[in-house]
Amino acid sequence: MNEKVLMRGSHVIAESAIRAGCRFYAGYPITPQNEFTEYMASAMAGLEDGTFIQAESEIAAINMVIGASMAGARAMTSSSSPGISLKQEGISFLAAQELPAVIVNTMRGGPGMGNIAPSQGDYFQATRGGGHGDYRTIVLAPGGGQELADLTGKAFDYADRYRTPVVILADGMMGQMMEPVVLHKAVDPAELPPKPWRLSGAAGRPSRYIRSLLLDIAQEEERNWKLARKYDNITREIPRAESYLTEDARLVVVACGTAARIAKGAIKRVREIGLKVGLFRPITLWPYPKRALCELSRSVREYLVFEMNTGQMVEDVKLSLEGRGNVHFYGRPGGSVATPDEIAKVVNSLYHRQRLEEES
Amino acid sequence: MKKTIFAGFGGQGVLMMGYAFAVAAMMDGKHVTYLPSYGAEMRGGTANCTVAVSDEEIFSPVASSPDFGVIMNRPSMIRYESAIKPGGKILLNSSLVDMDPSRKDIEVFRIPANELAKKAGSDQTLNMIMLGAFSVITGMTSLESIMAALAEITKGKKAALMKLNRASLDVGFEYAKQGVRS
Repeated sequence: MNEKVLMRGSHVIAESAIRAGCRFYAGYPITPQNEFTEYMASAMAGLEDGTFIQAESEIAAINMVIGASMAGARAMTSSSSPGISLKQEGISFLAAQELPAVIVNTMRGGPGMGNIAPSQGDYFQATRGGGHGDYRTIVLAPGGGQELADLTGKAFDYADRYRTPVVILADGMMGQMMEPVVLHKAVDPAELPPKPWRLSGAAGRPSRYIRSLLLDIAQEEERNWKLARKYDNITREIPRAESYLTEDARLVVVACGTAARIAKGAIKRVREIGLKVGLFRPITLWPYPKRALCELSRSVREYLVFEMNTGQMVEDVKLSLEGRGNVHFYGRPGGSVATPDEIAKVVNSLYHRQRLEEES
Repeated sequence: MKKTIFAGFGGQGVLMMGYAFAVAAMMDGKHVTYLPSYGAEMRGGTANCTVAVSDEEIFSPVASSPDFGVIMNRPSMIRYESAIKPGGKILLNSSLVDMDPSRKDIEVFRIPANELAKKAGSDQTLNMIMLGAFSVITGMTSLESIMAALAEITKGKKAALMKLNRASLDVGFEYAKQGVRS
């Protein structure tokens, strides 16, 4: 069970979902995450209680997830950027009806149809709710490899615990890349905590209903406050981040997902020439790990945000620091993947520009 | 850390070659990442993958400049020759690549993979010929590890194919051992 296997990122998420007790998957093909849907098709077919549906569209798929979630299943869908846009109405309905679900976005270059190369252009969409209405989704940003397995299990647990949709933000590179992973032990869906709210047939008990239309303004206002209180709890309870070589750092690079891995490679290079640079990597993008970043500002003044877009997470960094640091930005949008050498040059230049080598 | 780019036509087994090497390196206890090209691929189109192998955690799977290149056709030669790190090594499939690299700061090894594959019993196993030679020239992994990796990948189902793979690995290995530097 603890054996390492070399697996493609898409397959790691899919297999980890099944091991976490996911028994319902609906999706519609799109590059660069077709391997995900393909894996689910054969894996679900091999399970007595598994359901796989290749839906007629992304919109149909997310609505099927709503139905499966209402009935109590651990349900999931996946797509890539343009397909995720189509699912946003359904995600809003999931949030309104407080239904757990896991949605995987293997981001590609955009806007529009864009291309099929790795990108982080959907950061705003994911972290600001994405659909209409006053809601948020939990957003997890794995760094690839083992974390894809670990966070997929977490995603289902969070979704059930908070009765809310959870988005896993991957990208084209992470989906395609193979790395050794140790998969988690399979969970028996029957052993998961019961869902007393689920729609299971009203024979012998008073009927329940789950709906999103609340024409009564007072009721709708109360629902919004209820959601807000839940989001407050989530914001207190689950923020996560990794700090790497930040103890003596004079400059901290802030990056997530694939960008963070490239940044780590760059930091390794500049450390070799004596620059004191570290990395702050948010693992939850919503809730953003504000407190951990603020703690860093006691010893660090300069921050370089690196993203595979034109500047989205940089806003969360500024909101977190509230002026307690200088925030710089470097981005490569549209599916371009920077190399560690390129980021090392940017870091080097900023380091000297801010005269950090002279600080003691 | 060593990074290798495997590149050639779709259908030459380029991705399989990288995958088998990556699994072998993992079984050797190394850290490893395997990054394939993807997208609108087709038979006869170009395919490549980058494999990073290290004793330490690998941060970036993207290679700024790979240490080794296994180049199976002419278009890949044109595309990747300049990317190889100075002092790096290129293994050329000299059955299909008739041009000479212009770089003088890298080592070039010519392996007539198509001819050698025929000799080993099938012209489909030119990737195993190259992998056998790769094992000698780079010292990155052993034939035993590659065979163990192939058994893992094919789940040991195709005994006849495994025999052919082994024969091809041996032919490539022996050819490279005799010295093929240009």
